[in-house]
Amino acid sequence: MAAPIAKSNLVMLKNAFKYVGLRGISTSRPASAQLTVRDALNSAIDEEMERDERVFILGEEVAQYDGAYKISRGLWKKYGDKRVIDTPITEMGFAGIATGAAMAGLRPICEFMTWNFSMQAIDHVINSAAKTFYMSAGMVNVPIVFRGPNGAAAGVAAQHSQCFGAWYSHCPGLKVIAPYSAEDAKGLLKAAIRDPDPVVCLENEIMYGTAFDVSDEVLSKDFILPIGKAKIERAGKHITLVAFSRAVATCLDAAKELSTIGIEAEVINLRSLRPLDFDTVMESVKKTNHLVSVEHGWPQSGVGAEIVSRMVEGPGFYHLDAPPVRVTGADIPMPYAKTLEDHSLPQGKDVVRVVKKLLNVQ
Amino acid sequence: MLPIRLACYGLRSVAANCKRINIGALSQITRKFSSDERPQFPGSRSQWTEKLEFIRPDLYDGIPVYRVMDRKGKVIDPSQDPQLSQEMVIKMYKCMTQLNTMDRILYESQRQGRISFYMTNYGEEGTHIGSAAALDPKDLIFGQYREAGTLMWRGFTLDQFMNQCYGNMEDGGKGKQMPVHYGSKDLNFVTISSPLGTQMPQAVGAAYSYKRAQNGLCVMCYFGEGTSSEGDAHAALNFSATLDCPVIFFCRNNGYAISTPSKEQYRGDGIAGRGPAYGMLTIRVDGNDVFAVYNATAKARQVALNEMRPVLIEAMTYRIGHHSTSDDSTAYRSVDEVRYWDERDHPISRLRNYMLSKGWWGDVQEKEWKEDCKRQVMTAFARAEKKLKPNWKEIFTDVYHEMPSHITEQLKQMEEHVQKYAEHYPLKNFSKD
Repeated sequence: MAAPIAKSNLVMLKNAFKYVGLRGISTSRPASAQLTVRDALNSAIDEEMERDERVFILGEEVAQYDGAYKISRGLWKKYGDKRVIDTPITEMGFAGIATGAAMAGLRPICEFMTWNFSMQAIDHVINSAAKTFYMSAGMVNVPIVFRGPNGAAAGVAAQHSQCFGAWYSHCPGLKVIAPYSAEDAKGLLKAAIRDPDPVVCLENEIMYGTAFDVSDEVLSKDFILPIGKAKIERAGKHITLVAFSRAVATCLDAAKELSTIGIEAEVINLRSLRPLDFDTVMESVKKTNHLVSVEHGWPQSGVGAEIVSRMVEGPGFYHLDAPPVRVTGADIPMPYAKTLEDHSLPQGKDVVRVVKKLLNVQ
Repeated sequence: MLPIRLACYGLRSVAANCKRINIGALSQITRKFSSDERPQFPGSRSQWTEKLEFIRPDLYDGIPVYRVMDRKGKVIDPSQDPQLSQEMVIKMYKCMTQLNTMDRILYESQRQGRISFYMTNYGEEGTHIGSAAALDPKDLIFGQYREAGTLMWRGFTLDQFMNQCYGNMEDGGKGKQMPVHYGSKDLNFVTISSPLGTQMPQAVGAAYSYKRAQNGLCVMCYFGEGTSSEGDAHAALNFSATLDCPVIFFCRNNGYAISTPSKEQYRGDGIAGRGPAYGMLTIRVDGNDVFAVYNATAKARQVALNEMRPVLIEAMTYRIGHHSTSDDSTAYRSVDEVRYWDERDHPISRLRNYMLSKGWWGDVQEKEWKEDCKRQVMTAFARAEKKLKPNWKEIFTDVYHEMPSHITEQLKQMEEHVQKYAEHYPLKNFSKD
């Protein structure tokens, strides 16, 4: 196992003592360790590289530098030049190379330093990776994973803060995952690497350093999450909040505040954008009759537009007691100044305000 | 540099004679001179110069064009004749002429509205057959769109070509692509993809995977001189060298990219001029000389595999046909220019002359083969036209490895719908399998 897990072994021991006493009282499965999203991604890649020697990672700075965001820390030292490849600065170039390698039988993990830079390679992601299985009538498949941080970070302004959830989830032939927690990150990335279809993994830079409590099962080498299945992060009965990636944290913040005034919000973590698990959303709205979609991306033609459309174009319409609402980032290129940036993205209090209005609460 | 070296030796011999002089100090001085000999920059350690001199792009004549035969098909330097067997040469000739005949029929069929689109290979048959013949049939080919001859050489049948163009039930591509977007897993030919140049970095990636697999195979990547302007081309050429991949880049420089002539496509010494700049072994060949193409490709393959490095071949040729059925090249070039190349420098006529000189071919065989070839093409054509279209359910297949539930649902809905309203759909034109 890579170094990061060794550290958490100590944490595991510490927590084990903590939980032994509470075991009788706690109703949920006791977590045995803390795992950051970064370490979850790192161990997912490490475990899959160990399991299948066709898996390799390429991107800018992934080798000796341990990755621009340290996701590939320790991998070059462990696997060497053949499996961890630093590329020249050409997204178009290395995305094409990765796609070709996948076509010829390897299983590449192609890292974009941020998904903003993927625009320079987007032809390969869509026209070559996504569509090839179809265009070749099943002769050529592309078992590739494109991954990297998506959406806003902190103070990196317009060209480094865009959310590509809507863009990539638009395309048939691609699968798109958007992990929120460490458990999501590990389970979904491992599933993506094992998947024979091309998968886009939209991570989040701000979440990389966040630690989550995880069970032993999550730490095991075969922990896989199904792509296309959402998770109910928090059960509730008054309103359904749907989100993916960092927006899930925004919803959980809102839910916490709302529960102090007696409103129990059900928070759904989509986990995957394509396939999108609408069934879970529908079942939730049957119970709560109110829907709010929360995302950090732009409003027009965003992921929220898809969720809301599906809700109203079918039987879901009849379960709603009020129009479904989207809470999104402001319709502007991301500004730089911190106060402006903070106000460009939805925060817990924005969601609370919207929920109160929907539920007609003062 | 030399004067400094002599100066060092001079100082040393002086020192040897004067024992009082500190040897350490002297060696420090000589060391300073040696580090002054070459630049020490990580990016380049070539030479120093004190002359302000820019390199002129027209400083030299350009990389020469390698040929074996002259325009009349006569071998110039006998040592360069690859001495291929009569059987092999006749096979090459038949392949080129069959490609030419098939092109004529299919171009016409588009004009008559029987197929929607076509691209001919007129004038470039030599680049296809010459190079394909020098590869191992298991070497992976990434083409651009004007390399049908390589597929024909490997055994793609007339039926298979025509089925793809018609998009009928026997099309390997199940009717999912435009005509000429062939692909064959069995023949190691990656399905043609429309965006230009994307095949180039992909070829490098595939070559990298072959290097890892140590399977003794290389990757062949075809592209046109116009495509070499794409950003992908730069990335591919650069990367193939830095990653030491066994890939052959074969540029068909046919003088035109739709209407853009090569003199507007680049200012430098063509595509071959760029190879050395990327650190690649490079050669420019006469693309209309099948043997030159053959020799260059055979050697390139040997180098690529033995030395694990990429090789660049620029094959000079001429696009005798229009870019495609959507193009009328009389809009930008004279008919005389086209006729000149067709009559004076055609790969098929040059090879035929070679065969005639060897006594391997004559008028009788020519007449027989012409008729036989035309008959084969016409019968395959008639067969392809009559075949049904693929089962309509193929619309839904191969989007993903496993058909996802939302597509399965749509398929089921469509099945029920078609069953209910069968008389409104032209089901008899579609295969039931």
